[in-house]
Amino acid sequence: MSAAQLTILVILAALTGYALLGGADFGGGFWDLVAGARAGRHATERRRLIEHSLGPVWEANHVWLIFAIVLLWTGFPGVFAAIASTAYIPLTAAALGIIGRGSGFAFRKVSIEYRYQRLFGTVFAFSSVATPFFLGAVLGSIGAGRIPAGIAAGGRLASWWSPTPIVTGALAVGIGAYLAAVFLTGDAQREAPDLVPELRRNALVAGVVVGALAVVGLLVVRLDAPKLARSLWRTPALILVVASLAAGLASLLLLVAGRYLAVRVTAGLAAAAVIWAWAAASYPTLLPGATVGSAAAEPAVLHALLGTSAVGAVVLIPSLGWLFAIFQARPRRAPSSDEHAAQP
Amino acid sequence: MHAWLAETTPADLAAARVQMALSLGWHIIIACFGVGLPALTLFAEWRGIRTGDASYRLLARRWSRAMGVLFAVGAVSGTILSFEMGLLWPRLMGRFGQLIGLPFALEGFAFFVEAIFLGIYLYGWDRLGPRAHLLSGLPIVVAGVASAFFVVSANAWMNQPRGFNLVSGKVSDTNPWAAMFNPATPPQTVHMIVAAFMVTGFSAASVYAVAWLRGRRDRYHRLGFLLPFTVAAALAPVQIVVGDWAARFVADKQPAKLAAMEGVFTTARGVPLHLGGVAIDGRLRYTIEIPNGLSLLAHWNPNSEVTGLDQFPAADHPVVNVVHPAFEIMVAAGLGLLLLGVCCAIAWWRHRRPPATRWFWRAAAISGIAAVAAVEAGWVTTEVGRQPWIVYGVLRTRDAVNPSPGLWIGLLVIVAVYTALTIAAIAVLRRLARDVPVPVAPQEADVTGFRVV
Repeated sequence: MSAAQLTILVILAALTGYALLGGADFGGGFWDLVAGARAGRHATERRRLIEHSLGPVWEANHVWLIFAIVLLWTGFPGVFAAIASTAYIPLTAAALGIIGRGSGFAFRKVSIEYRYQRLFGTVFAFSSVATPFFLGAVLGSIGAGRIPAGIAAGGRLASWWSPTPIVTGALAVGIGAYLAAVFLTGDAQREAPDLVPELRRNALVAGVVVGALAVVGLLVVRLDAPKLARSLWRTPALILVVASLAAGLASLLLLVAGRYLAVRVTAGLAAAAVIWAWAAASYPTLLPGATVGSAAAEPAVLHALLGTSAVGAVVLIPSLGWLFAIFQARPRRAPSSDEHAAQP
Repeated sequence: MHAWLAETTPADLAAARVQMALSLGWHIIIACFGVGLPALTLFAEWRGIRTGDASYRLLARRWSRAMGVLFAVGAVSGTILSFEMGLLWPRLMGRFGQLIGLPFALEGFAFFVEAIFLGIYLYGWDRLGPRAHLLSGLPIVVAGVASAFFVVSANAWMNQPRGFNLVSGKVSDTNPWAAMFNPATPPQTVHMIVAAFMVTGFSAASVYAVAWLRGRRDRYHRLGFLLPFTVAAALAPVQIVVGDWAARFVADKQPAKLAAMEGVFTTARGVPLHLGGVAIDGRLRYTIEIPNGLSLLAHWNPNSEVTGLDQFPAADHPVVNVVHPAFEIMVAAGLGLLLLGVCCAIAWWRHRRPPATRWFWRAAAISGIAAVAAVEAGWVTTEVGRQPWIVYGVLRTRDAVNPSPGLWIGLLVIVAVYTALTIAAIAVLRRLARDVPVPVAPQEADVTGFRVV
C-alpha cells in the first residue's frame, strides 16, 4: 500500500471518528432542541442528561474534525484548497455553527439564570442542527463530483445547493440524532432510568427515519449523480451499503430487545458504513481531476505525517480510553440538582 | 496568467485580510490562557494539597471553572482558523499546505491530548483522588505549550520559508522537518510562549487588583494576586531579552520588516532609534531620535549599517504607519510591565508585601490589558511587517487569496458573530466571578461545595 493510500485511510479514520462521536454530540443538540417543545421537569431532566453526556467529551470528539482537515491539507493540499475555495459558503456556515455550538454549550453550562440558559441553549441547539447539515452537504457535493480540482473552479452555489448534497446534509443531521438517541439511552439507563423509555422511542423513530432517508438518498443519488450511484452498486461499495442496512436493522431489533450497549456497536457500524461506502465508491477519485495518486503531497511529507500519526495514536488511544472509562463506568456523584435545575 | 487572477478585487483582498486578522487576534487572547492558565491552576492546586490551605484550593477550583469556559471558546475559535486557512487563502494552502502541515498535524495531537485531559481534569475534581487529579492536569500544561510551539513554528515558516525547492512554480524536494525547524522558529516560539504566560499572569492578577481597590484584601485575594503576578513579573525581564533576540533576528533575516518597525527609510551607518513619528512622503516626521540607538540595538555596534526601505522596491514595502506604531506599543507595554514588576519587587524586598499605594494597584489592574495589547501589537508587527508577502519572498498575499467574489460579505457576518461572542464571553466570565461570592475566610465546605462544572 502506498503512502498516499495509507494517508487517505488515516483521513477516513478521522472522519469516521468525527462522524460517530462528534456526530452524536451534534445529535445531542438536536434532542435538546426537540426537548424545547415540551415544558416541565422531564425536558429539564433530559437536558441535564444530554449535558452530562456531552460535557466531558465533546471537545475531544471535536478534535477529530481538526485532524481530518489538517491531514487533508497536508496530505492532499490541492484537494483541500479546491474544496475550501469552492465550498466557501457551506464551510463558512459550518464554521459559524461550530462557534455557536461550542460556545453556546459552554456558556449555558455555567449560566445560572434561566433567561441566559435559554438564550445560550437556543444557540447551542440550533447550531447543533445547522453544522452537521452543512458539513454533510460538503461531503455530498464531493461525492457527487460537484467540486472540481482547481481553485474556486466549481459553482459557489450550484456545488452544494443541489439534491445530493441536501440529502447528505439531512442524512448527517439524522445520523447524528440517531446515534445520540442510542448513546443517550445507554447513559440514561445508568444515570436517569426514568428517561429510558422515551429515549428508546426517540432512538427507534430516528432509526426508522434515517433508514428511510438513506433509501431516499440512494434514489436521489441515482437521479442526480448517476456516476456515484453506479459505483455504489458495485463491490466493494455495495457490500458496505448492505452492511449498513443490516447493521441498521440489527440496531432496531437490539433497541426493542433493550440491549443498550450492544446497540451502540451496531448503530455506529451502520453510520460508519455509510461513509466507507461513499469512500469506496469514489476511490481512487477524490475530486474530478484529482485522484489519490495524483493529488498526494510529496513522499517526504506523507512519511512524516504517517510517522507522527502512528506515534500520536500510541499516546491518544490509551488517553481516550481513560477519558471514556472514567465517565462511562462509574456512576457520577449525585449532582446537586436544586442549584442546577432551570426554573419552570 | 490565469483569468481568475483578475477577479480578486482590492476590497475582497482587504476583507480577507481583516477577517483573518480579526479571528487570529481574537483567538490569540484565548489561546494565551490555554497555555498559561493550566499551569497557574495546577500550581495553586499543588500548594493547596501540600498546605491544606483552603484559599489555594478554592483558587484552583475557581480558576479551573474559568479554564473550562475559555478552553471551549478557544477550541471553536481555533477551529475557525483552520477553516479560514482554506476558505481565505486556498492558493497558499494548495501549494504550501504540505509544508506547514506537519506542525499543524502535531498541534492536532497536542490539542487532542489537551481536550482529553481537560475533560478528565474538569470533571474529575470529585471523581479522582487528589494526586491522580493533580497528575491528570500535567498533560494539559505540556500539550498547551507544545501547541503554541507547533502553531507558531508554522507562522515562522511564513517568515523564513525552508524545506523545499520551487521548480517553475511547483513545490519539490520537500523536507517538512526543515520547514518546521526553520530559522525563525526558535525566537518566535519562545517569544510567544513567554508572552502567553505573561498575558495569563497579568490578566489574572488584574482581577484581584481590582478586588484590592474595592477593599477585598483577605488572604484569598492576596494569593490570587501574588501567584499570577509573580509568574508574569518574573517573566517580564526574560521577555525583554527574548524580544531583543527576536528583533535582532528580524534585522538580520527580514530587513524590510525591521526597517518598517523602526521607520528607517534610508540605509545608513549609525542610525538613530526613532520614538514615535509618522511616515509622510518617505520620511519619518514628528519623531524623537536617540542618536546611534538603532545601530546599537540591532547589531550591538553604534556605527553598524542598518538597511532602510530604500533597498527594496516600493511594491515590497510594508506599511510603516501600521508596523512602526504597533512595534512601539508592544515595546512600551513590555517595558511598563517590567517597571510594574520592579516596583513590586522593591516593595517586597523592603517590606515583605506588595506596594500599598493605590497607584500600584491601579496600574496592576490594567496590567492584563497592557499584556494583551502587547501581544496584539506584536502580531500586527510581525504580520503586517511581512507584507506584501504571505510567504516571505515566495508568495504575495494578493496571489494567495480566494478568488471567489463577495468575501466582504463573509467578513460582515464574521464581525457580527465575533461581536456577539465577545459580549457573551465577557458577560459569562463576569457572572462566573460573581455567581458564587468568595467568603472572607474560605472553609472546607466552601472548597468542596464549589461546583467546577
